Amino acid sequence: MSSRDSILAALRRNAPATSPLPEPPAGIVYPDPAKQFAEAFTSVGGKFVRLARREDIDPELEKIEAYAHARKIASLVAGIGRSNVDLNGLKDPHELEGLDVAIIAGEFGVAENGAVWVPGSALGPQRAIFVVTQHLVLVVPASELVHTMHQAYERIRFQGLGFGVFISGPSKTADIEQALVIGAHGARSCTLFLVG
Amino acid sequence: MIGHAEKAAPFAANEKRAHWHDQALWFVRLKRDRQAESIPEWEELRQTASAIKAHTLSRIADYLEEFERNATNNRIQVHWACDAAEHNAIVHKILADRGITRLVKSKSMLTEECHLNPYLEARGIEVTDTDLGERIVQLRHEPPSHIVLPAIHLKKEDIGELFHKELGTQAGASDPKYLTEAARGHLRQKFMAAQAGLTGVNFAVAETGGFVVCTNEGNADMGTSLPRVHIACMGFEKLVPRSKDLAVFLRLLARSATGQPVTSYTTHFHGPVRGGELHIVIVDNGRSTILGQETFRRSLSCIRCGACMNTCPVFRRSGGYSYGYTIPGPIGSLLAPLRDPKNFASLPFASSLCGSCSDVCPVKIDLHHELYAFRQDMVRGKRVPLAKRLAMAGMSYVLAQTWAYRLAGGLMRGIVPRMPRALVYGPWNPWGRQRELPPMPRHSARGLIQRDLTQKGAK
Ligand code: SF4
Repeated sequence: MSSRDSILAALRRNAPATSPLPEPPAGIVYPDPAKQFAEAFTSVGGKFVRLARREDIDPELEKIEAYAHARKIASLVAGIGRSNVDLNGLKDPHELEGLDVAIIAGEFGVAENGAVWVPGSALGPQRAIFVVTQHLVLVVPASELVHTMHQAYERIRFQGLGFGVFISGPSKTADIEQALVIGAHGARSCTLFLVG
Repeated sequence: MIGHAEKAAPFAANEKRAHWHDQALWFVRLKRDRQAESIPEWEELRQTASAIKAHTLSRIADYLEEFERNATNNRIQVHWACDAAEHNAIVHKILADRGITRLVKSKSMLTEECHLNPYLEARGIEVTDTDLGERIVQLRHEPPSHIVLPAIHLKKEDIGELFHKELGTQAGASDPKYLTEAARGHLRQKFMAAQAGLTGVNFAVAETGGFVVCTNEGNADMGTSLPRVHIACMGFEKLVPRSKDLAVFLRLLARSATGQPVTSYTTHFHGPVRGGELHIVIVDNGRSTILGQETFRRSLSCIRCGACMNTCPVFRRSGGYSYGYTIPGPIGSLLAPLRDPKNFASLPFASSLCGSCSDVCPVKIDLHHELYAFRQDMVRGKRVPLAKRLAMAGMSYVLAQTWAYRLAGGLMRGIVPRMPRALVYGPWNPWGRQRELPPMPRHSARGLIQRDLTQKGAK
């Protein structure tokens, strides 16, 4: 018998009687999801900026020090940012090394924990971009906020998705004496523009 | 067999460090409490999580088949391993067939359990653990001492010294920010040079045929989006039926583990990286046997958050290495003897049975009750030292006989206060090694009540 079949047979032999599968609870509803989102995103080390209009993004980008001094910028949000890297021209994700800032569109945000859903399709030809870049900028429409992860998973369609990630703030670690350090392997900073 | 208490002795001997360890973990526990309190439906979530796990395990074979079907449709190659040896051989074969000699790993307790690193290293493969804490213990040739905080037993000075030797940081430098930056540079090179990435699995979903990996550092993302080959290893119990179940577990996991609302990266893999391949190895390694044990099968629901360790008064004061097993703490004290009762017989006793672990466990494993049940098994199976068994037999006799209990109480109150200290705190009283006996009361409770009643009667 193959390992597969012998494992499955052992599991069938040893499994207890079937118990019911419950539905997830309804989940908290925040009076002001944008405020809750901002608090959560800030608490995880992210920088939250609320903007009224899309046109406000570019001037606001210049205020980010890392952006103002950046040599290599890649924007995956049409019409936003001084993009100077041709992502389609890269043969290999390793060529992303040295990228200073990546600007990426988040599909929606989750108020309870400041997480932003980024499907693989928003990451361009090389999905490594969100983690290889030194600094990350996320752009999320203010209309696209959900309260909790329960609503988040009602929205996500996994069929044909391939890849998707919730990003909540910059990369961080506390593995040395529990001291929080921002910028472990991934982005050293994560700025979020909530627009509209 | 060396027992837990003996192994804890060197850790406890360094009082200052043991105190720091205790406080640092308690701080994480408090952060967990704040997060839990911010969610009104917290208890409902725990209940639901527990029931989802119980249901999944009751139909695990069906769900695994469903997962395999859907994963295959997602172009994920599914492998099955009965035990650690088969798991290691599968991983090695995938690497060897492709001529891969440089592997980066993100945290996976399963591969620790299977001792994958030494297996691969003996076969000429360079394995780099990329979680900062894991890299630290790897450079020290140590296993992790905690499943979420692998280097919690070390002070920054230890790490400064290590990095000075291994990574060429300045001598005497111990600033966490400086050391982390040095590790970032060092590990970036490893990521850039790696030909394959290996990760664990936090949750796999039967319905969608994909899986989720959570990290704060982003190391799993670096390690799986730069190289072409990604291997993910999971115990079968990581499976949940539906994508909406992920919401339940992800709301609980990071809050319970480190007191964060969610990890920085929660990555969903439903297919290989562009132009690459994705393998998943489903491992049994003794788990199906545990599934057959009614009293202990719930230990398979564990989502490896580490909350039971952070809260455990014994773990906090004895350190992860005192357990001598990949998974320490309350849950490890179940899993280790379930696997090897002879060598880990002392672990169910490494608990005060205070129940704090069961209170914080996000999937409501009844940890302290299971530990208690295990103790009974151990005593019945004579896996407990003779002295302890005799003492327990003596105590149960005394506690069951009124006359014996009264006599023993009287003798204690009369004689102990008159005995010389050296006699009371001799080697036969291990309890008194770090503690003082309370002062002996003059009267027994029974005596006091009787006197009270006589006085009332006189009035
Ligand atoms: S037993 Fe519960 S508290 Fe302990 S690590 Fe597992 S899930 Fe967390």
